[in-house]
Amino acid sequence: MVAAERGRRWRRPRAAPAPGQPRLIGYLYILPAFAVFAVFVIAPMIDGAWISLFQWDGVTPGRWVGLDNYRSALSDPAVRSAFMHSLVLVLFYAALPIAVGLGLTALLSHSRVRGITAVRTIIFLPQVLAAVVIGVSWKWLYDPQGPINQLLSAVGLGGLRRPWLGDFTTALPAVGVIGTWVTTGLCLVLFMAGVQRIPLSRYEAARVDGAGPLREFFAVTLPGLRNELAVALSLTVITALRSFDIIFVTTKGGPGTETTVPSLLIYQRAFVTGQVGSAAAIGAIMGVLILALSVGITRLVEERR
Amino acid sequence: MTSSRVEQTVTYVVLALFSLLAVAPLVGVLLAAMHPSGALLSGISLPDSFSLDTFRTAWSEGGFGRLMTSSVIVAVAVVAFTTVLSITAGYAFGTMRFPAVDLLFYVILTGIVVPFESLVVPLYYSFRDAGLTDSYWALILPQTGLSISFGTFWMRAFFRSVPPELSDAARVDGASSWRILWRVLVPIGRPAILTMVLLVFMWTWNEFLLALVMISDDTHRTAPLGLSAFQSRYGVDVPGVSAAAVFVAAPVVILYILLQRQFLRGMLAGSIKG
Repeated sequence: MVAAERGRRWRRPRAAPAPGQPRLIGYLYILPAFAVFAVFVIAPMIDGAWISLFQWDGVTPGRWVGLDNYRSALSDPAVRSAFMHSLVLVLFYAALPIAVGLGLTALLSHSRVRGITAVRTIIFLPQVLAAVVIGVSWKWLYDPQGPINQLLSAVGLGGLRRPWLGDFTTALPAVGVIGTWVTTGLCLVLFMAGVQRIPLSRYEAARVDGAGPLREFFAVTLPGLRNELAVALSLTVITALRSFDIIFVTTKGGPGTETTVPSLLIYQRAFVTGQVGSAAAIGAIMGVLILALSVGITRLVEERR
Repeated sequence: MTSSRVEQTVTYVVLALFSLLAVAPLVGVLLAAMHPSGALLSGISLPDSFSLDTFRTAWSEGGFGRLMTSSVIVAVAVVAFTTVLSITAGYAFGTMRFPAVDLLFYVILTGIVVPFESLVVPLYYSFRDAGLTDSYWALILPQTGLSISFGTFWMRAFFRSVPPELSDAARVDGASSWRILWRVLVPIGRPAILTMVLLVFMWTWNEFLLALVMISDDTHRTAPLGLSAFQSRYGVDVPGVSAAAVFVAAPVVILYILLQRQFLRGMLAGSIKG
């Protein structure tokens, strides 16, 4: 894409040096934005990397420990299990919604639906809600006296009733389901919009070639949705890796440490237990991980095109 | 024909099912909020009588007047700063050529994926040293910094989409680049700007972690932070907590319902496409 953009720019030199139009004025235009970005994003990143090299309680002077915080983060069972929990959440936040979204899209790809706008508005609604609102709402849904247990009793599955978020075996999947609820709508809306842009002629061509529904899906629908897939994948995986708000509001990482994720560890270590250096190291690992994933996913799509 | 009608029916049934799944929890919360404050609910039930009393109680008990004011102040400031800074930066990145233009753009672009989780620790200690925790600035400045990434990306895409003939004509008439930006380009860019304003407003309004870390006094708390505190204090009062959740969700949901096309366009297209 970069190459394509560059090509376009050469063909149409937009800011051709015109009288009274020095291009260096561009620096002046980006200066304010860049200054704010540098001070409040770049500087904290560097600062965070620096802090991560110290053992520091946030109050007394820190002690230089080099890369020890990273070393112990990688060997610390608490950090490891937090990242494992994140991985489980990725299944619920990303894999499941994308699979459901793709399945439904394949099922619906032939029908051009009318009146989809209203449906889209509703399905997409969880995307705009504050995560805190979502957490508060679902905490009640999962309550021992809440609607989910009520529903189970009503359909004769009362034996399954339990405090979903307080149970050691169900807490993490229960948090995951909240994520599934949030991101499924996003995937569905993305894919359904994408599939409408695939020319019908491609489906006809596949049919002429004698392709069954399965081959049609892999030969036409999936390649046609490559961009949407990349967007859905990056957004949902990033949401899963962050997921601080929902967990803070619903479980605070418990029961025990069953639902503790890296973002929660950062908060606890930096502001509760006085392990600021370790928190900064986990933050740096998370930042690099998310950056690498986004770049990787985008690259994957670009190269295949 | 028949098979396509069957397909249509299946489509509608599936879509209706998913709409129901998306909306049912929210309807449950809304119904819960209509019960008398402090009532013990078991599951979803219709209130005996329609009353907004619980909303009134929750509003005053939770101090939502002040919470919402703080949230509005922060959100409006972030939106205003982000809009101006992103328009000017997007203009330069989209229409001008100068050394290192691509490099600088990619640097700013990284902010789209940098999570606050990675920044809060250093941000907190810097702001504490500057004596700026427990102030609106502690919320406004970092959020402006991160929003600029999306804003610049979004406005650059807009400026690139404008036919250069428009500004060329104005330039021939002797207009400066500054004048071309505000008199020619910004007026036709209103839809793109509106989308950016809405998204930045939503992100700022919903932000929780930064406020949790930066704010400990009552005067500067934002609405999501207030909701979380309200829940810890009055957790058993399901109707009250539900009403509080409705307050926090309402501004963004109302904007979303009124201007959903702009929201969708931004959130679906505006993600990682650099």
